[in-house]
Amino acid sequence: MSHDTTRDVPAAGVSETGNQRPVPFRGGGFVHRSLGPVAPIVFLVILAIWELGSRSGFISAIALPAPSEAFGALVDLFQTGMLWKHLGASLYRLIVGWTLGSLLGIAVGLFIGLFSLARAGLLPLVSALFPVPKIALLPLFIIWFGIGEGSKVATILFGTFFPTVIATYGGVDNVDRNLIRMGQSFGLSWLSIVRKIIVPGAMPAILSGFRISASIAIVLLVAAEMIGAEFGVGAYILMAGALFALDQLIAGVALLSVIGLIIAWLIGKLEKRLLSWRT
Amino acid sequence: MQLLLRNITHHYGGRTVLDDISLTVDDGEIVCIVGPSGCGKSTLLRIAGGLEKPDQGQALLSGPAPEGSLNPLTYIFQDFALLPWRSVEGNVSLVLEDHGIAAAERKAIIADVLARTNLSDFAKALPRQLSGGMKQRVAIARALAVKPAIMLMDEPLSALDSQTRELLMDDLVALWTRERFSACYVTHNLNEAVRLGSRIIVLSRRPGRIRDVVEIDMPLAERADRLAELEPLQRRVWEIMREEAREADREISDVA
Repeated sequence: MSHDTTRDVPAAGVSETGNQRPVPFRGGGFVHRSLGPVAPIVFLVILAIWELGSRSGFISAIALPAPSEAFGALVDLFQTGMLWKHLGASLYRLIVGWTLGSLLGIAVGLFIGLFSLARAGLLPLVSALFPVPKIALLPLFIIWFGIGEGSKVATILFGTFFPTVIATYGGVDNVDRNLIRMGQSFGLSWLSIVRKIIVPGAMPAILSGFRISASIAIVLLVAAEMIGAEFGVGAYILMAGALFALDQLIAGVALLSVIGLIIAWLIGKLEKRLLSWRT
Repeated sequence: MQLLLRNITHHYGGRTVLDDISLTVDDGEIVCIVGPSGCGKSTLLRIAGGLEKPDQGQALLSGPAPEGSLNPLTYIFQDFALLPWRSVEGNVSLVLEDHGIAAAERKAIIADVLARTNLSDFAKALPRQLSGGMKQRVAIARALAVKPAIMLMDEPLSALDSQTRELLMDDLVALWTRERFSACYVTHNLNEAVRLGSRIIVLSRRPGRIRDVVEIDMPLAERADRLAELEPLQRRVWEIMREEAREADREISDVA
């Protein structure tokens, strides 16, 4: 490299000699962009292929009804007014069961997170009972809570309770210890530390627990409506299944999917509101 | 108000981290504690503020707390310890809410401390929107809000880049010149120690013992302009620490 002092060199150490080529770029990829219309397009394409397959006879009507037939069953349901009866019964069970299960779950989760005695006493119990399929306990629930709404709500309640407990106490454990120490160093009361530091700090974990427990609640809804339910989306699906009315079955399943989508959207809204402080 | 540490000895899992440490923080005095990493500086500060109990010895306060002091011993943390879900004013408000202060008065205190730390324009900002230096200013404002008698500062500038550190040091000096707070200032940065300390206590490596005490009687406000005179002092402290730091560096840490 020649160092010519008489020449006006703009940048330090720039050498004009040799063949120049750009540094190869290799930093791309591994970053997600939001592509809004992709999801509905994928959905519509699958439906279109399915419909075409059914019409052309490639998909046997016995194996799988066409989407238009399932849609017809939905319209039927709507016109007879049964849609709201089924939806109303199911949503009532979902909302009551999930709300009670979540509230109890948060309360017990906080206890386990905050008190050593509760952790020692309750955590093994939670670990033992969480994996028990609540469907297997359905006969017990019927004896305990009656064949009516009680046993159905209880099934959903127990199903959502355990994941909420685990999410909550995990969230409490993950709260930055230094923030708690800060609260103590400023002489904040125990209740203030729990209310203003621990609960907001555990909120991200509690909300992601909600996503899981809401899905579990929908799964258990069908199980809960297996016995002695006159109305309800689950009851409708089971009845359709027993009669091999596949168009109605698909229609019912689609209803459950829509409920799931709406709940996920609502929780997303809630996260945006409550967790706007996150980066 | 005076803070006295008497013969503090502390162990973690069978290992002695602090061995027979006694020191006094007088009214209006900044005492810097320096030492190699792992010498128990932060533990000592936690004991001084009542966040941890020493195995032996005691931390004592003497004299009445100043009028209206809500929290005589107040910490400033290295990682700022701001609640990310609260705005700047919300974070200051947090430490006032448990004292039964009327909302209007609380607002006035918040406005006052934010003005004193030049944060008035940022009252509604969330911590994630602020730079490290601004976050530490918020933490200082929060500490001022409870009218502390003694500030316990745990490496308050260590998480900041060197330019920001320089700016905040000026702020601290200005603040001290106005309010004459007393402070126990833990740091591993010798430059900060000679710029802010009226006394520098040098701790040895684990177990932490007092190796030496260096007094500096140059007024704080003049130090920024008389850096050359501070240089030999800083070198002297470094000479005391050098071997300890080298040994500490080679140690395998198994103490949190």
